[in-house]
Amino acid sequence: MTSAREEFTARCKERILVFDGGYGTAIQQHKLQEADYRGDLELAKDQKGNNDLLSITRPDIIGAIHDAYLDAGADMIETNTFSSTRVAMADYGCEHLVRQINVESAKLARACADKAEASDGLRRFVAGSIGPTNKTLSLSPDVNDPGYREVDFDTLKADYREQCDALIEGGVDFLLIETIFDTLNAKCAAMAAQEAAAASGRDVPLMISMTITDMAGRNLSGHTVEGFWHTIRHVKPLTIGLNCSFGADLLRPYLAPLAKNADALVMAYPNAGLPNELGQYDELPEQTAKLIEQWLDDGLVNVVGGCCGTTPAHIAAIAKAVADRAPRQVPSAPVATRLAGLEPFVMAA
Amino acid sequence: MTQTSTARPTGSSFVNIGERTNVTGSAKFKKLILADDYAAAIDIAREQVENGAQIIDVNMDEGLLDAEMAMTTFLKRIAAEPDIARVPVMIDSSKWSVIEAGLKCVSGKPVVNSISMKEGEEAFLHHARLCMAYGAAVVVMAFDETGQADTKERKVSICKRAYDLLVGIGFPPEDIIFDPNIFAVATGIEEHNNYGVDFIEAVKELRVLCPHAHYSGGLSNLSFSFRGNEPVRRAMHSIFLYHAIPAGLDMAIVNAGQLDVYDTIDPELRTACEDVILNKDPDATERLIALAERYKGTDAAQEKAAAEWRGWSVERRIEHALVKGIDAHIVEDTEEARLAIKERGGRPIEVIEGPLMDGMNVVGDLFGSGKMFLPQVVKSARVMKKAVAHLFPYIEAEKDENSKGKGRIIMATVKGDVHDIGKNIVGVVLQCNGFEVIDLGVMVPWQEILKSAVENDADMIGLSGLITPSLDEMVTVAEEMQRAGMTMPLLIGGATTSKTHTALRIEPVYSGPTVHVLDASRAVGVASTLVSDTLAEKFVADTRAEYGHIRDARSGKTAKPLATLEEARANAFEIDESLKPGAPLQPGVHVYDDWSLADLRDYIDWTPFFRAWELHGNYPAILEDEVVGESARQLFADAQAMLDKIVSEKWLRAKGVAGLWPCAREGDDVVIYLDSEEHVRLPFLRQQVAKREGRANMCLADFISPDGDWIGGFAVTTGHGIGTKLAEFKAHIDDYSDIMLKALADRLAEAFAERMHQHVRKELWGYAPDEQLTNEALIREHYRGIRPAPGYPACPDHSLKPVLFDLLDATHRTGITLTESFAMLPTAAVSGFYFGHPQSEYFGVARIGEDQVADYAARRGLDLDKARQYLRPNLNE
Repeated sequence: MTSAREEFTARCKERILVFDGGYGTAIQQHKLQEADYRGDLELAKDQKGNNDLLSITRPDIIGAIHDAYLDAGADMIETNTFSSTRVAMADYGCEHLVRQINVESAKLARACADKAEASDGLRRFVAGSIGPTNKTLSLSPDVNDPGYREVDFDTLKADYREQCDALIEGGVDFLLIETIFDTLNAKCAAMAAQEAAAASGRDVPLMISMTITDMAGRNLSGHTVEGFWHTIRHVKPLTIGLNCSFGADLLRPYLAPLAKNADALVMAYPNAGLPNELGQYDELPEQTAKLIEQWLDDGLVNVVGGCCGTTPAHIAAIAKAVADRAPRQVPSAPVATRLAGLEPFVMAA
Repeated sequence: MTQTSTARPTGSSFVNIGERTNVTGSAKFKKLILADDYAAAIDIAREQVENGAQIIDVNMDEGLLDAEMAMTTFLKRIAAEPDIARVPVMIDSSKWSVIEAGLKCVSGKPVVNSISMKEGEEAFLHHARLCMAYGAAVVVMAFDETGQADTKERKVSICKRAYDLLVGIGFPPEDIIFDPNIFAVATGIEEHNNYGVDFIEAVKELRVLCPHAHYSGGLSNLSFSFRGNEPVRRAMHSIFLYHAIPAGLDMAIVNAGQLDVYDTIDPELRTACEDVILNKDPDATERLIALAERYKGTDAAQEKAAAEWRGWSVERRIEHALVKGIDAHIVEDTEEARLAIKERGGRPIEVIEGPLMDGMNVVGDLFGSGKMFLPQVVKSARVMKKAVAHLFPYIEAEKDENSKGKGRIIMATVKGDVHDIGKNIVGVVLQCNGFEVIDLGVMVPWQEILKSAVENDADMIGLSGLITPSLDEMVTVAEEMQRAGMTMPLLIGGATTSKTHTALRIEPVYSGPTVHVLDASRAVGVASTLVSDTLAEKFVADTRAEYGHIRDARSGKTAKPLATLEEARANAFEIDESLKPGAPLQPGVHVYDDWSLADLRDYIDWTPFFRAWELHGNYPAILEDEVVGESARQLFADAQAMLDKIVSEKWLRAKGVAGLWPCAREGDDVVIYLDSEEHVRLPFLRQQVAKREGRANMCLADFISPDGDWIGGFAVTTGHGIGTKLAEFKAHIDDYSDIMLKALADRLAEAFAERMHQHVRKELWGYAPDEQLTNEALIREHYRGIRPAPGYPACPDHSLKPVLFDLLDATHRTGITLTESFAMLPTAAVSGFYFGHPQSEYFGVARIGEDQVADYAARRGLDLDKARQYLRPNLNE
């Protein structure tokens, strides 16, 4: 069997690939209660809201969401493990379940993907979702002590490593470091992921996805998209891109320069617009698809999906919109020394 | 034309690495870190970035320090400072554990400084792999198991070996920076004499052997023998860079604020340093040491003299700082005054009302009596503003009334206009005199001006503008103020404004007091009078009466008839066809993307520069002027110092375009033949004022032959890049530098226009290949041909500018854009047409009749109203 990297890369030359959409909205619709979350686990803290735990307590619900996205036309789905690091799971007192949640989630997604492949012969990919955690390496939570950090690099790296090992064990094709609001967290996660992949003896490519947190086009640690790309380019990711942030329309200006310069596949999965006063997303599937079509006119992406507020209907609309459209051509980058502070710095070399 | 003779090539080709945040190199930084004063240490980092460091080197290798702790603390702290953290960091330590601790705190892509083969290949490659994993570029020291490389051969062989090892493990070659060791020269030890040459030669050879790699070095080692003699050290560094950069050195750890321009180094010192660095003869060291004595202590002696006043009382120190424009200690002095006043139960505002205003009153008196001049006053204002900025939070904290000083003035450059030097000067002077100025900036639409005036309960509005369309816009603002029922005084100022225009066009449409203010020195008097309970009424009445008289006198004048257009055309200027210039050597459009600023500098016409600062007199005589000489000299010295930096640090970029096209005259039009299909028509205006016998009614078209001829056009700017520096000055509340830079950029743009014209005469058109004129002769226009600009007297219609720009594709080629009123952005820009005929000369179109307006509108393809709007300053009404 060809490797996931080869197959994914080859398919990206032919067409635009489709990624899945949001999980939170879909889970909400089930109006789950504490008992649903907790299952028969003995846990000290309330678990309502611990969506990642559902992979082991209600795999039927998570599996159904995976299936819905695959049915909608997704080439790739992600594991339900956005917050499944030790540091993030501490909020629910579930540190001891980290390995189990990641392994089970990966297996669940793998099974759904393989089932879809069996039904029509098209290989589906599974990306292991690695969120930013709830701690940041670059910022101080204490305004009076800008040098303070809630977590240190080595601790966070060990937590990421634990998650990556478990995701690989569960059978993911790729490790997706996503919704990156802190660039140093991402560097830390990427280092852990590379070490985990090396330890497993398998080729597990990285996918990197930054999120923009302000209208100036920077993430929370202050990096511009290009500064971020310089910072992370050394891990030679299979895809680089943006997710969450805003809707497709507002994301476009930040996606464009990345698409122009990055010598990697570009993946972007925006929100269904901006949330309304109640925190809900009103953008209809057709609207999202229409906005994404504008990206296609300029050849900005190789892989498209959805983030907050998107549903299987959104993904189906996106899949339809991209079906006959040409994928982005990956440019070759001239040899140059690319450094970065918050902003990029280039020296011809 | 992009070569400059400065020590530092600019752009991306050479990278300045800031060295001040290094405990081994900066005693001040070390002291702060040892004292745990990270806030002040961070200021040093900020200063370096502001001084142009593109990467900052951070080093905490000091025996008394926990280097890991200091490194991580400092790096975490600067991560919270976006104006520092925007540039990459160089993590500098001889200990790997310190480097790795640093790598865990830096969020961008840093540079590790350094790794080497000192401990063998295994450790070297281990560290290199970790650098790859953390995502860092790396400085590799020319150091192997046997020691540091000193000779050229050792430097080359060690670096090449390291390069091959690194590339062998997949390390990106572009992320390798070699430091082949800059060692001290002129140490008295003969073996050291060739160290400079060894370094330069090694880099030259390595550049070929190691594709994509970079070369760096720590410059301060070189001059180690001359510790304490800054002038000599600076000269040595500059000269070393001058020779090492062409060899391939593309980055260096330097104090970005302290390098001399190669050309400006005393030639004797320059030669002596050069002989040492290039090891030209065995006595070179002796000679430099002897010469160095002369420079020793020059910095220190000056500092000592300057420091004397620091022993005075705080009130006297504040006064001294204000009068002399010294801002170095003003914050501490202000704080001292504040605490003293607080001690005796006073309020922070009393610092302003007391010592600061006392000092400013001295400044005001000196200014008023002609003993201080505007440039000095602006410097004083900078000091004042810094003091006030320091006090502001304290004053805010206990604010109990809506105080607005003597009065609150809204100031704005009107919509469509981008010029603000004059407005800023007036604003500063008013603020010095106790007015609160709310400056709305440039291109301000009337809506915003009115809104701000109402919301801020302003006492008056000041409008500024430089280009003629702004006159119309000011009328619009006045009309809208009238419509809004406002009554506050309206002040009008700026280069094209005049008492006549204000009286004729603005005052009649606004019923509130309307006053033209000639210059900054009058602004305070006018504004103070207008807010005075006792003086305002009479002043307003007198002004009204005066403007009424101007209108009456004018209405008599306009009765004077103009020649009809037909008559004027019959009296056109006839050129001597035999003198017509030939076809250009290089027709078509020529683009110059980066003209040398050093070259342009020699073409500056300084007289208008002094005028911009309201110092009247001609350069160079003004420098020796009895009254303003001292002020002019100081201003000139400051201007030269800033010009040095503009040139050496490349603050600005000179971009220009010039074109030459075949054409022919058709009536008062010049028709340009771009090709057989495409023709562009340039309609020009003709004088209609009555002429004495023998004097023609001129039109620019007269200088072009109807039987085939050539015409040119150009657009140049030196304003690109100015924004970065202006933002810095703004952040430092430094109006003096702000105004200085804008004034210099304007001068450079004019110099560029002069230089480009010469280039056209001698090279592109080539009708005067042997012209040899001094700058003075150029300024006096002792050359053949003219370059009239749209919007100026010979060609008053600004709206021809877009036509010229299209011909040149100027916006695309030079980045100059036009506002809706046809002002150019960046503002330091000049454009115009070239006429090559020896009889062509400048003239003013002056007033024109309705017949020509209608005729021109038809030729320009404009409706009559639009044409009247464009030609308003020339209408005969």
